[in-house]
Amino acid sequence: MKRLFLALTVVAIGVTVVFALWVTPPRPNQGFDAVRLLYLHVPTAWVAYLAFGVTALASLLWLVPRTRDTAWDLLAGASAEVGVVFTGLTLMLGALWGKPAWGTWWEWDARLTTTAILFFLYLGYLALRRTGATADERGKRCAIAALIAFADVPISYLSVTWWQTLHQQGTVFNADRHVLISGSMAFTLIAAVVSFTMLYGYLVLERFELARLEEGREARELERAIAERVRAEPTEVVPA
Amino acid sequence: MLGRFPALAGADLDVEAGEVLLLSGPNGAGKTTLLRLCAGLLPLRAGEAEVLGVDLTVEPRRVRRAVALVGHETFCYDDLTVAENVRFAARSTGHGVADADEALARVGLQRVANVAHGRLSQGQRRRLSLANALARKARLLLLDEPHAGLDEHGREVLEDIVRSAAADGCTVMLASHELDLARRLATREVRIVAGQVHAVPAPTRVAPEPEPELGAHA
Amino acid sequence: MSFLRDALLVAGKDLRIERRSRVALQQIVPFGAIVVMLFAFALDSDRVLLHQAAPGLFWAAVLLAVLLAVGRSFSIEEANRARDGLRLSGLDGGSIFLGKAAAVALELFLLELIVGAAVVVLYDVTVRGVVVLLCSAVAATIGLAATGTVYGVLAGGLRARETLVPLLVLPAVTPVMLGATRSFQAALAGTPGDAWPWVQLLAAFAVLAVTAGTVAFGPLLEEA
Repeated sequence: MKRLFLALTVVAIGVTVVFALWVTPPRPNQGFDAVRLLYLHVPTAWVAYLAFGVTALASLLWLVPRTRDTAWDLLAGASAEVGVVFTGLTLMLGALWGKPAWGTWWEWDARLTTTAILFFLYLGYLALRRTGATADERGKRCAIAALIAFADVPISYLSVTWWQTLHQQGTVFNADRHVLISGSMAFTLIAAVVSFTMLYGYLVLERFELARLEEGREARELERAIAERVRAEPTEVVPA
Repeated sequence: MLGRFPALAGADLDVEAGEVLLLSGPNGAGKTTLLRLCAGLLPLRAGEAEVLGVDLTVEPRRVRRAVALVGHETFCYDDLTVAENVRFAARSTGHGVADADEALARVGLQRVANVAHGRLSQGQRRRLSLANALARKARLLLLDEPHAGLDEHGREVLEDIVRSAAADGCTVMLASHELDLARRLATREVRIVAGQVHAVPAPTRVAPEPEPELGAHA
Repeated sequence: MSFLRDALLVAGKDLRIERRSRVALQQIVPFGAIVVMLFAFALDSDRVLLHQAAPGLFWAAVLLAVLLAVGRSFSIEEANRARDGLRLSGLDGGSIFLGKAAAVALELFLLELIVGAAVVVLYDVTVRGVVVLLCSAVAATIGLAATGTVYGVLAGGLRARETLVPLLVLPAVTPVMLGATRSFQAALAGTPGDAWPWVQLLAAFAVLAVTAGTVAFGPLLEEA
């Protein structure tokens, strides 16, 4: 089942690549061929936001006592890891595109800055996850840290409408909700977003299962350590 | 619970006001765990616990304000003096400086009132913990190895405090390896082995009879 | 109202410890001054550059000092299991938060005055727009102290917390860095009117941080 999903993902990405590289036209004011990075950069950014959204939601579900379950905590962590990777990719792809299109690798405008901050916020979250030995120690702290960090996601997304930025406005919809893109470019972009979302799903699934296994092993080690300790103490016969 | 391993299971215990309950048993059996549980420091995984008429899982703060845990650590600040630490303890439960100073006098630490906590000996620290408990007017005293580190005089102070607390209607639970000394104080004894509580036949003293104020079923 | 009284009790406790140990005065304030000097070396003691960059450099030094101040605020709770003692005290988590954050904020404010004086002297700054400077500094300081205190308790009891807290705090306080720098720039440039949007940002951040801390501190303190 998982393998089928992976296969479909690969096919979707394949289709996207073909369209991105050969079917769609280059754009003069966006760096000519470099504009093809659009089909990578936008989906990675979208996946990053999605990943952190999932982390925030899972953290919330964990915090509420009625829906608390270790699975949410593990999902939050898995999704955040994928999110951090994709945020890093977004920044790098953006820089690669920025050099030919703007003449510079980096610019301190609101969109880039808030995205960089997002990267570090979740890097801190991942570091936090690693210092808690048990699920109990981790759960509440990480959930709260994730929710605080999530505040940057809408700020980053809306930064291009709130402030004057070098980074362009939304590619599909600008602030007035007019669709800006059409034809083969639109199709390719949608294909890219869909295939990258599928990739996200697959990666999170794998990471989640891995986390489950890790947690199971930690629990067994802890039990073994405690059992050893109890066995080592001389048990006494209770007086009748 | 430690991981999936219950540190304390099947502890059915009812302790009454004015009782001095001794918890005996080997190391790692769960004595400290039970005390910390009753203080509201450890979460209850299963079962119910009611301390001084208050449900522990519903209102842990109310429980904590009425309870004092005296253990190996003093919960004090090294940079503050003895008096400042005890006053902080008193004022955090709504009592005053006078209560703090009175508690200091009862444990015999008034002469070192202005010495920094970091400079105290172990025996003095033990007495400071007792002073904190008194200053807060705790109704339940949880004593974890209270005799350790105390000299002759310190032990007298301890016994005096325990007896007058019990006479006052407070409840005392103490975990100890010093069984001879502890049995002199205790009105009842239970033995904790591997997380299970077992009753021990009472010595010659008779326990007082007021209605139960504390019940823990974990 | 016992909530505020308890907060004052905790703040008083922390400040008394500081008065006794003098860690903020003898270690953290000099640290701030040294950072200010380091920046001067980094910019090759270029007076024009330093003069222009003064607001940003000042707040960068303060941000680094906050990390130390918060670290200190929580390290005093490590010895003798004082952290458990706070839980056992029966004090409300929100009160403890307000008390600790207030103590950090006061220490920070003192540090800002001293380090600010150093910046004025070393970077050749003419002080203007004092009202704006003060308002933005107060709002910024509250935001910094509150955020630091939240992450301080969040990381409490964890391994590697000394390196973890800086990593968590710095990205989270970038709005303060931005707002404080811009408002200081506006004040020193003689156009204090431009600063007010930034002061509002700082105030909003401070309110959010204090609210979040009051709510989250108690539950976070309960973690082992």
